[in-house]
Amino acid sequence: MSVAANPGSVTDPSTTTGAAPPRLHVEQVTYAYAATDRSAPRFSLGATSFDAHRHEIVAILGPNASGKSTLLRLLAGMIRPLSGRIEIDGVELGRLDLRTRAQRIALVQQESELLFPLRVWEFVLQGRYPYGRRLRFESDEDSLFAGNALAQVGADALRERWMNELSGGEKQRVILARALAQQPALLLLDEPTQHLDIGGKVELVRRLRKLASEHRYTVMVVTHELNLAAEYSDRIILLDQGKCLRVGLPVEVYQRDLLEQVFDAPLDVEVRPNGRPRVILRGSE
Amino acid sequence: MPTLTALRPRGVRMLTPGRVAGICALLCGVLFVAVVISLRMGAFPLSVRDIVFTLASSALGRPEQVPAEFRLVVFGLRLPRIALGILVGVALSTAGAGFQALLRNPLADPYVLGVSSGAALGAILSLIIAPHTPGAIQLAAFAGAAATITVVYFLGRRGGQLDSATLLLAGIAAASFLSAVIMFLMTTLSGRDLRGMAFWLMGDLSSPPPTQNVRGWFGFLFGVLAVGAGAIYLTASDLNLILTGEKEAQHLGVNVHRVKLVVYLCASLLTGLAVSVSGAIGYIGLLVPHVMRMLFGNDYRLLVPTSALGGAIAIVVADTLARTVVAPTELPVGAMTAIAGAPVFIYLMRRRVR
Repeated sequence: MSVAANPGSVTDPSTTTGAAPPRLHVEQVTYAYAATDRSAPRFSLGATSFDAHRHEIVAILGPNASGKSTLLRLLAGMIRPLSGRIEIDGVELGRLDLRTRAQRIALVQQESELLFPLRVWEFVLQGRYPYGRRLRFESDEDSLFAGNALAQVGADALRERWMNELSGGEKQRVILARALAQQPALLLLDEPTQHLDIGGKVELVRRLRKLASEHRYTVMVVTHELNLAAEYSDRIILLDQGKCLRVGLPVEVYQRDLLEQVFDAPLDVEVRPNGRPRVILRGSE
Repeated sequence: MPTLTALRPRGVRMLTPGRVAGICALLCGVLFVAVVISLRMGAFPLSVRDIVFTLASSALGRPEQVPAEFRLVVFGLRLPRIALGILVGVALSTAGAGFQALLRNPLADPYVLGVSSGAALGAILSLIIAPHTPGAIQLAAFAGAAATITVVYFLGRRGGQLDSATLLLAGIAAASFLSAVIMFLMTTLSGRDLRGMAFWLMGDLSSPPPTQNVRGWFGFLFGVLAVGAGAIYLTASDLNLILTGEKEAQHLGVNVHRVKLVVYLCASLLTGLAVSVSGAIGYIGLLVPHVMRMLFGNDYRLLVPTSALGGAIAIVVADTLARTVVAPTELPVGAMTAIAGAPVFIYLMRRRVR
């Protein structure tokens, strides 16, 4: 990590370090959503800029309706920015066709209900779709990558199980495995810890940490878990009411006044010996 | 790299082209047996030897060796009807499998979007306006189906794209409106036309081709069938992903909008084709894909071809029974598929519930 301390700026400081080119480059991106063309925008995202590099975990934090999911959808290419640029490995996102995009970016979100039962193995093989042609049947190479993806999330033993028989944590791992089978450069996760107990949450973020460190993934996570984000992410993007307030190291973003104001709750922030901040809910005494 | 195959999970069978071909060959064999049995059965019984002799001699270009009555029964009566049954079975089952994925609804069948009601309205209008004109009823039925497909398409869009839930509601509304119009028009029909119409609403394979050029007629029908069913088959791996969720499919690189449009148009075309030549034969398009799911799994790369062949087998068998169980009277094949289909459907549904 070569991030200069520059806590006051909303521009990502790492853009100026001149090291390896960023994997993800987001420059002055804005977005507005209106019900019709003429009506006033119901929701907008103000100019947001940051870079994300290989091996990094970046957490996107903010209260509900702050624009976290909108930012993630912009990064996934589901919606197009009103202005600004999003580049992945130097190529503008909007210029990638659907399949190429799916080879670079994988999105993990809460899975919709499966209509017909599917085995874990078949589900993970779906991640190989961007590499196939019409009707192509899976090759040995696809099996290899799907098998590796399952192994990376520690779900080898689940391959023959039915998707609808898995527990919440197991299912989350399998969904992650499908995303890894895409061999993406950028891994996006939308509130991945939502349905997990505390053990499951810690296990998941440790796994993400390991994946980012060992496999060159750039991981971006939308989450409500302030302390997990502080502990495991390299950088934090803090959003509030459609504005990007801060981008920086956890210790830079986790300022007591700022967090109290954004989350509208009595919070204390302490910095632990490892340099990572911790948020504590102040009691009513 | 010998280790690659070892990485495949044990117990999980990968779907390979060979496996698809093998299962299809098996079903083709079953279909062949069903066709031979269907050729044998009827008021004029034929032995397997007679059938083989008739077919082989004609194929070898020596039809004069075959007794005239054999030729009449095989080529004039039974074979065209079997061919029509195969056409309708393939079209309805493929369309049914397509609609189940498109609408993300296991209970979808080819008629759920009102295509058959549109076709029926066309048919009844042709009976009123131009009765006894050869080909008019088929043409009018197809025009009715095409008009319904178009209207439901525009009603079923949301934000410029086909939306499964909106499409389903639009289709159901269109179907019930058209049925009401049909009921009204049926009161104006005379006795004989009314009976013909009732047969047609139930589904019936007995109407002869509307032209003397039987070969050309079937060539045309099977040509359209091949285009529609082929296009649906080409989207099979996309449909697998769309069934897991449209957004997920989009992220994995599927052009969901285009796939849905192709499947909607082709499945509707196949339904319109089937309904214009045979009326609304029920249950095939709903049941056959489900039976194939139970037998061979949910992968559309296998489901589409097996449903097509399964539909052909089901109709050939059902029509043979319809011709023979209460001979010399004939039942409409749609009555047969409903009598057999409803209990099978209830059985499948209860199995799911458990």
